[in-house]
Amino acid sequence: MTFASKGFGYAGWSSMAAGLGMAPGTNDSPSAPNAFFMSAEASSPAGSYGRPTAREDPQKPPAIPRYPGSSEPPGEHPSRAGSTVLVLSFLILALAAAIGFVVVYWNGANNMLLGSCLALTFLGLAFALVFWSHRLMLHQEAVAPRGPLPSSAEDRQLVFEDFYPGEPRIQRRALVTWMSAAIFGALAAAVVSTWRSFYGESYSDRLNSPIWHRGQQLVTDTGDKVTIDTLQAGAAAVVFPENKVGDVRAQAVLLRVPVQDLRLPPDRSNWAPQGYIAYSRVCTHAGCPVGEYESNIGLLLCPCHQSTFNVLTGAQPTGGPAARPLPQLPLYIDANGNVRADGDFSAPPGPGYWSMPS
Amino acid sequence: MIVRALARWLDTRLGLAKPVKEALNHVFPDHWSFMLGEIALYSFITLVVTGAFLAMFFNDSAATVIYHGSYHALDGVRMSAAYRSALQLSFDVPAGLLMRQMHHWAALIFIAAIIAHLSRIFFTAAYRRPREINWVIGLTLLLLALMNGYLGYSMADDLLSGTGVRIAYAITMSVPLLGPWLASVFFGGTVPTGATIPRFYALHIFLVPALIATLIGVHLLIIWRQYHTNYPGPGRTDRQIVGSRLWPTYTAKSLGLFAFVIGLTAALGGLVQIDPIWIYGPNNPAAVLAGAQPDWYLGWIEGSMRLFPGANLRIGGWLIPEIFFPAVLFPALIFLALYLYPFFERWALFDDEPHNVLKLPYETPVKTAFGCALFILVLVCLFAGSDDIIASAGGYSVVEIRTILRVLFFIAPAVTAILVYTACSLWRRKRAGLYVE
Repeated sequence: MTFASKGFGYAGWSSMAAGLGMAPGTNDSPSAPNAFFMSAEASSPAGSYGRPTAREDPQKPPAIPRYPGSSEPPGEHPSRAGSTVLVLSFLILALAAAIGFVVVYWNGANNMLLGSCLALTFLGLAFALVFWSHRLMLHQEAVAPRGPLPSSAEDRQLVFEDFYPGEPRIQRRALVTWMSAAIFGALAAAVVSTWRSFYGESYSDRLNSPIWHRGQQLVTDTGDKVTIDTLQAGAAAVVFPENKVGDVRAQAVLLRVPVQDLRLPPDRSNWAPQGYIAYSRVCTHAGCPVGEYESNIGLLLCPCHQSTFNVLTGAQPTGGPAARPLPQLPLYIDANGNVRADGDFSAPPGPGYWSMPS
Repeated sequence: MIVRALARWLDTRLGLAKPVKEALNHVFPDHWSFMLGEIALYSFITLVVTGAFLAMFFNDSAATVIYHGSYHALDGVRMSAAYRSALQLSFDVPAGLLMRQMHHWAALIFIAAIIAHLSRIFFTAAYRRPREINWVIGLTLLLLALMNGYLGYSMADDLLSGTGVRIAYAITMSVPLLGPWLASVFFGGTVPTGATIPRFYALHIFLVPALIATLIGVHLLIIWRQYHTNYPGPGRTDRQIVGSRLWPTYTAKSLGLFAFVIGLTAALGGLVQIDPIWIYGPNNPAAVLAGAQPDWYLGWIEGSMRLFPGANLRIGGWLIPEIFFPAVLFPALIFLALYLYPFFERWALFDDEPHNVLKLPYETPVKTAFGCALFILVLVCLFAGSDDIIASAGGYSVVEIRTILRVLFFIAPAVTAILVYTACSLWRRKRAGLYVE
């Protein structure tokens, strides 16, 4: 098969592509059957490397050693001298770029220059190797027989005989088998039990422990106490329990909405005094902070997966993939005008798990 | 002269002449598509080398520190020691940024090459007997590569990776019965906790790479024992292998490819910015980035999470969280289908014979249609993972885009399957006609 028959010329990128894998001798596609037969019929002796050709399939004609383009008309392919010069130029490029890397490294180590030098070093090597293999090496299609993989029945039998030497021991085989199973089972249990070390804290304690309790003062993320004057209608703030600023599970978003717009369930009618209403800020879908508030449409939005929650109806999900409402934090305003929690969240905050209480 | 002397010295002690001769004459087929697995191998080597460099400088501690370094925009900012060390190795260690960016790019090339290699194996039926073991090993390598990619970019403890850790924690928690236990074991408690980064670090730089390296070794030993397959063609039979000898042609080509992979990675690492953690800022559990995306190889899971409608399902009082279906069950079913495919095909076609000659995709219309449909399904999910970006870039609402993608989730794979099946069948008929002539 010639190069031309594969649709690859000699110049530039196409022969580079050929060198990367589409080497001559490949007949991967039945679309070029003529090319195959052309090479198959033009048989000649084995290659000049002096090795015997491993060729045992009588259906297949002997391999044809050839320098690239040897079956091309003369003058249409580059000379070996030209190819040598090409390979050498790429090697020189690699050498120069490697020296360049050292120079750049000791002079400020600019990232772009370092990367470029390293890239040119290896790309130079790559092109040199590819052109070398493609243009200067003898291309000889090699054929090797595949023996059958399964061993013969006799060989298998011999292995089994070596594996079970001497029959008398077999009397207590059942006992040995059971003992081994018991030992391995106990060992596995011993190994698995060390997984307890990886628990850190017990998840059930942490997940089910109370977060807010009645009377806790709300503070902003800067630690300022939230009072009746903190928010105007339509405004929002991130709040924490006093002395627990930054507590991830306790974080809540505090909003002030017009009281007459609220449509809370009857049992939560007094949870939002003067339009102050607070919800857990951890999304019930995948645990991202519900970071965006559109006050004009009364929606909290999670930027991770675009779940939306209606703040006027108890943060019921109205769009996106979340299935459960954001837990609400009941509030009251004390005699001094401070906004305080009137108990814990209405449900455990955050994404769901199988034993999550409903 | 030196080579001969060294060879003699070694052979006197190890008796290598015969096995080396056999190895040099080992035949490899010549086709570009057999190089995809090699690209994966070479990018893994690049990952190990650049990763070793990074491991010398990375500090896997979540301890809070105040940054005072050469990146002035973050001067005086509270952050974890892990994030600070990632900044330091990017800005203060000469060539550190190059190594970090090369490492990230190499990871993307590694996973892309594995997926391309897997597709080649699938669509040319190279998984058939006797190569089922390598199919299973290869899929396991893909899973490990996905996992290690995720662990790697999560360790830097920037705001983007912090978001990713929270989502992965929620996904782990959603597994029925085992979820909270698994989450405790892998994340070291309820996220955020200082125990997460050391665990990710140990897994990322030791356990998972060791598994990957071992499985690659077994993968290569098996392919060496079995030889590669050959593409079909006149004279190609199951009883021989046709190609180039290992030495010198194949070695030169393969080393050229190795150098090309490193060179490409270096060019990308030097010239194309990736994962600029200093722009995202330090991880803060109370903050979140708008438009956050995982790396593309996990984007399809992110997308399926966005497409799956919220469903508050309780069975006997036990909650099955809504993300369990798109983020655990859906990927698990896809991988299960891939793992079982060779065994299913063997059973369905009553084909118990060993095969060493490949089948071109058009020769197996049903399987090719199935594979393309699966590919399109994952692609729709991948787009859904960026639906907010697509919406804001195109001036649509997220709801519109999501509705379209929910329809496409069902329609696109079906249409693809029909089109591909028809095309393959026509092609096959045409080919048959050609051969008759």
